Amino acid sequence: MGLFFVKRLFALLATLAVASCLIFAVLELLPGNVAQVILGDSATAESIAALEQRLGLHRPALARYGDWMAGWLQGRSAVSPSYDTPTATLIAERLQVTVPLALMAMALTVVLALALGVYAASQHRRWGDVGVMALSQIGLAVPSFWFAILLILVFAVKLQWVAAGGFPGWSETDGGGLAAGLQALVLPAVALAVVQASVLARWTRSAVLEVMRDDFVRTARAKGLSRRATLWRHVLRNAMIPVLTVMGLQFAFLLSGTVVIENVFVLPGLGRLVFQAVANRDLLVVRDVVLLLVAMVLVVNFVVDLLCAVADPRLQAGRA
Amino acid sequence: MLAALLIAAAALSLVWQPWPPADIDIAARLQPPSASHWLGTDSLGRDIASQLLVGAQTSIAVGVLAVAIGLGAGVALGLVAAARGGWADEWLMRVADVGFAFPALLSAVLLGAVYGPGIATGVVAIGLFNVPVFARTTRAAALGVWSREYVLAARAAGLGPWRITLDHVLPNVASVLIVQATVQFSTAIIAEAALGYLGLGAQPPRPSWGRMLSEAQAQMFQAPWLAVYPGTAIALAVLGLNLLGDGLRDLLDPRLAHSR
Repeated sequence: MGLFFVKRLFALLATLAVASCLIFAVLELLPGNVAQVILGDSATAESIAALEQRLGLHRPALARYGDWMAGWLQGRSAVSPSYDTPTATLIAERLQVTVPLALMAMALTVVLALALGVYAASQHRRWGDVGVMALSQIGLAVPSFWFAILLILVFAVKLQWVAAGGFPGWSETDGGGLAAGLQALVLPAVALAVVQASVLARWTRSAVLEVMRDDFVRTARAKGLSRRATLWRHVLRNAMIPVLTVMGLQFAFLLSGTVVIENVFVLPGLGRLVFQAVANRDLLVVRDVVLLLVAMVLVVNFVVDLLCAVADPRLQAGRA
Repeated sequence: MLAALLIAAAALSLVWQPWPPADIDIAARLQPPSASHWLGTDSLGRDIASQLLVGAQTSIAVGVLAVAIGLGAGVALGLVAAARGGWADEWLMRVADVGFAFPALLSAVLLGAVYGPGIATGVVAIGLFNVPVFARTTRAAALGVWSREYVLAARAAGLGPWRITLDHVLPNVASVLIVQATVQFSTAIIAEAALGYLGLGAQPPRPSWGRMLSEAQAQMFQAPWLAVYPGTAIALAVLGLNLLGDGLRDLLDPRLAHSR
């Protein structure tokens, strides 16, 4: 396990380093320089020169890349030109919305997908199975942001149960609070989860069906274990590896889905931040948010790899 | 069937539209569906049906280009990785790992920030994400072919690795790639819609299903029907492509049809 862990960790760090170089390079290779892009066409030569000075653009690229990375490691960051706040502060603020939203959506996805997937597998080739598969086929085709708009149409416009968007904040002094905050995240989380769960339910179903053909399942049944107990105790546990792997891969889509969904519901999260940063041509914010999202995707997949290795020690030998 | 409908709609829109899609007619704004405007009009009085038809062109164009980028570069990389093996394989797959860390939307955000949003940055972003997807699929399928006996026979006959790749490996992985291409086509349509919705995809006056939805959201209280049509169009197009992919898989690989 130790060697496997070290090797995977090394691969993670190497991938992160390459990804950060890529992001940096894209911004380096842009037409003109960062200061010109940020200030736009109408800027004067002096204001461009001043911003160039502040961003340290006269220094070699390698030194600036080193600075950027050192800043990340020390929790220090550049000051965003459009917000006049360090990007790290902006990001930390916005994470308070994005992380709970992503976790809620992921939890909903897992519950829905496992329940539907196992149910469909246990009903293999009967009506329940066909129904779940048809539903998930539709779920696959519906873009999450359209589903979100439909949810707003039904629950906010027609029934008027909830607000059409916005976020009241977590603290009671701002007029928000835990309950109000969670309530504002329910529809966005549902919109994200339904689409993701459709994908995961299909994988769960086929993984469970695959395992159910194994000999040890027949042995368990022959031992007198009930169908239900076999399913939950033996089958699901062994079916978890492909399901976990797909969950890790889905996390990337969940995060990019969050970017869109936050804009649908006008939630002040990372997605909203990066979207506004693109509109404001605030490259420093874009750079840091993109790297953070990429890092989140990579770390989640790293954890999934480790979990799979714990669940099935054979993988350690095969993949290390 | 549904996929054919998508292509038919786009083809039809090339030669005929009920109304010019970009024509602004403020007097006729936010009309509900009627005989003259089948699906009604939007906040600027533009005909929804015409916009949907032309929007199909945008979706198809983005889908085809994004899949072409992914297919071209990804298949080449996957074939090389499988043919060379060893460190080349190892490195190429590490590079693919990096690619997987950049979902299309993130690359589009990054490229949009630098080069300004537009349909080209959207296509490149979606296409780039497709490269590692196709590289992985191709490599996995190609490795399967390399272990077959007829490849061993070809090697014994003195054929080099490139000859074998072109003569034996590529034709045998083609069916897998066709299925994968259909799936990526449908994800490209969803991605394009999401980018259009965020204003990072096709720019006005070119109609795009995603942007129609973001415009519809602004009018949700006055004209809720506006939000229904473009979304339905996206969902039907994607559903059609997914079912086409499933059908092709069953057709090209009959073994799977029985096991599922």
